[in-house]
Amino acid sequence: MDLKVNGKMISLEADPEMPLLWALRDVAGLTGTKFGCGIAQCGACTVLVDGAPVRSCVTPVGSVSGEITTIEGVAAGDGTLSVVQQAWVEAQVAQCGYCQSGQVLAATALLKANPAPTDSDIDEAMSGNLCRCGTYPRIRAAVRAASKKLAGT
Amino acid sequence: MGKILRRTFLFGSAAVAGGFAVGWYMYTKPYPNPLEAKPGEGVFTPFIRITSDDTVTMVIPRAEMGQGMLTTLAAMIAEELDVDLATVQTEFAPAAKAYYNSAMLEEGAPFPAFDNSFVAETMRGLQGVVAKFLAMQATGGSSSTVDAFDKLRQAGAGARLMLVHAAADEWGVAAASLRTENGKVIDPALGKSLSYGALAEKAAQRKVPSDVALKPREQWRYLGKTQPKLDMEAKVTGKAQFGIDVRLPDMLFATVRMNPRQGAAMTAMDDGPALAMPGVVKVVNLGTGYAVIAGNTWTAMKAADAIKPQWAQAPYPATTEGVFAKIEEALASGEGFAMRSDGETPADAAARGESIKARYSAPYLAHACMEPMNATAQWAGDRLTIWCGNQAPTSIVQQAAAVFSIPAENVEVVSTYLGGGFGRRFETDFSILAARVAKDTDGKPVQVAWTREEDMRHDMYRPGALCDAEAVLGSNGIEAISFRSASQSVMASAFGRLEGAMTPPGPDKLIVDGLWDQPYDLANFHVTGVPVDLAIPVGFWRAVGHSFNPFFIESFMDEIAAASRQDPLEMRLKLMANHAPAVGVLEAVKQMSGWDTPLDAAGVKSRGRGVAFCLSFGSWVAQVIQVADTDAGIRIENVWCAADVGIALDPGNLEAQMMSGIVYGLSAAMGEEITFADGMAEQGNFDSFDAMRMGQCPVIEVRILENSPKMGGAGEPGTPPSLPALANAIFAATGKRVRKLPLSSEVGFA
Repeated sequence: MDLKVNGKMISLEADPEMPLLWALRDVAGLTGTKFGCGIAQCGACTVLVDGAPVRSCVTPVGSVSGEITTIEGVAAGDGTLSVVQQAWVEAQVAQCGYCQSGQVLAATALLKANPAPTDSDIDEAMSGNLCRCGTYPRIRAAVRAASKKLAGT
Repeated sequence: MGKILRRTFLFGSAAVAGGFAVGWYMYTKPYPNPLEAKPGEGVFTPFIRITSDDTVTMVIPRAEMGQGMLTTLAAMIAEELDVDLATVQTEFAPAAKAYYNSAMLEEGAPFPAFDNSFVAETMRGLQGVVAKFLAMQATGGSSSTVDAFDKLRQAGAGARLMLVHAAADEWGVAAASLRTENGKVIDPALGKSLSYGALAEKAAQRKVPSDVALKPREQWRYLGKTQPKLDMEAKVTGKAQFGIDVRLPDMLFATVRMNPRQGAAMTAMDDGPALAMPGVVKVVNLGTGYAVIAGNTWTAMKAADAIKPQWAQAPYPATTEGVFAKIEEALASGEGFAMRSDGETPADAAARGESIKARYSAPYLAHACMEPMNATAQWAGDRLTIWCGNQAPTSIVQQAAAVFSIPAENVEVVSTYLGGGFGRRFETDFSILAARVAKDTDGKPVQVAWTREEDMRHDMYRPGALCDAEAVLGSNGIEAISFRSASQSVMASAFGRLEGAMTPPGPDKLIVDGLWDQPYDLANFHVTGVPVDLAIPVGFWRAVGHSFNPFFIESFMDEIAAASRQDPLEMRLKLMANHAPAVGVLEAVKQMSGWDTPLDAAGVKSRGRGVAFCLSFGSWVAQVIQVADTDAGIRIENVWCAADVGIALDPGNLEAQMMSGIVYGLSAAMGEEITFADGMAEQGNFDSFDAMRMGQCPVIEVRILENSPKMGGAGEPGTPPSLPALANAIFAATGKRVRKLPLSSEVGFA
């Protein structure tokens, strides 16, 4: 099966029923996408398909036709962090970090669709992404900062 | 502090049995350094490697599970070693006695943190000695900074001195004439310098100085200031490696299904349907469950679903009602132990006022780390390697050695980042299960990843608890007060899981932590703990006894304030007037929250503020929470938190830890609960055991204070006051007193 992941075509030997999460992690070797619940309740497995957030743990790999972006593909090829990632570093968001791949991708999708989100837009877009370390206040700050930075460029 | 029952306490007695026979001599002998120098490298103490290319690597002896210790511990070394913190490398330490944690056991001494008496200090010191004998390399009890503060600064200072002396020898000058700067030794007189890398191999041959002077605080460059996290970039790019991300050549993937009636056997299992599925390598019968080994995790999980095993009955009551009936029975008539028995009881003082009584309750709780339990294991003959995120690598070594009857030296533990710990990864079960599964892979490594359901149904839960509180309120205020708190003993359960370890006799003070150890200056104060005999596995859940008892005492203090028409914050100020750190944090949240300004109810039904205080893990924390009662339910609007940690090593991280503890505590307070039916936990995933979501998260403001004479911890102390402060705020807003956790049992949340 051929997939476009982070700008590259890759060929995977996987059952089309296999969730995209496990195809990425166990077959393609991209472990940045995390397993949290398996039933689309926590958002740790969030990836982008054609820029839209998708819960990869319940998405059969065979059903994906668009271009996939995982956390490994968010920074530029030379390693320069995206505006969202930079905002995350500046706000010192991550604690354990396990949910942050999903958080960064959810925020990336939000700001692409809505570059100037209100606080309630942020809450709504991000409420599907659980964080047990309680980094929410800093996530909010980082999304606001990234939004400002994007507006200024 | 009056009479306290000081017979045998669990940590002390276990440790004495294992340790003091060896004598004081052992204490003065350092443990061997587990690090071996590679060519061109100098190893300085068990914590520092410096290579000839000037790479400085800090060997971090504690878990990094979000609490920021990777950075703060590295900062302690960098401070004294005089290197650029931003450019150092870090690695997690191997399992070794050299990395023991003494502060964790000191917290186990039966003296409250505000007791600075000779006896209390001596006992704490003894427990530290005991910790060395036990040589537990563990991350828990909010103890990492307290334990490492002297140790790691001394390691850095000692290494720096060795490098300076090596340079002095090289140049034939006096060491005292040299100085260091950012990884270089400099001779100001000759205008020469040598990098640490150039000196490392030779310098490391010198004897580690035993007595080094540490920088005074005024000269600190990193400590006392917020440091950017060394792991932040790795955690926003997906590069940080958690246990579940370990990938090895020829690695297999497996999952386990254990009897959800915890501890009971599997009576039958037909592995046929699983073996018929393509990609399944093997099904392993584990006695109390089974593992499926496959070429990838999804195949293993799908095949595990296809097996329909028969499970034996649980060794504990099948329902929540049955479990709590046992707790209630213990509360009513079980034999208790007194942890505070000062002066008169409420019965003694009954004639002097009005009696008020209340019963409080707290549920069983899962840890629900974001990363489900997992470990990767590989056997080479009788040598075992385990890769996992864990809070206690030496416990894994000891347990594996006992379970598999191999020497401890044959077990290697490679520690990764932890996707949450909260006490769950203090346990060894997930590591041992992986090692058992790896027995069936012909020497190939196998990663054993649990489903979320497996994780939630095979937790060592925060124990459910009941507490009866009683007070007599008279003309002098609180004439007498008593608490009787009943729950399973976490220590007995945890010790019971360790092979070859005897469950120590004596009371488990964790049952009453948060009640007996609070700085309320009341002459007539009684606290009794009642252990409940139940076989549900219980464990260390963020703040442990301080996760439920503060809800009991701080809710009751609020009830006393209401009954005696006092302001609940002013009443606490009065009762703790002799403790400057308590007064400091209460005054701080009073000011931060605008406590004395009236609240409006614009756009909502009503608003209210609640306050709570708790001294835990050496840190004094007060919180005020503001809630609004809305048509959609209770909305938590603001949390103001003041924490006195004595010495604030990293203010930004302390803020993050307080926020984290608050969100964890409020998540539990709002709706978390493990209930039992048919002997199994009814909750298996985040659809039935949810946590606070972004949209529910209040604005949190944190102030860090340093009035306390001793350094306190940070990972846990934010949690305890959050639950009662929320209940007290709900009372203030609605007049409804909820005495049962989770509060969702009686109120709805927006």
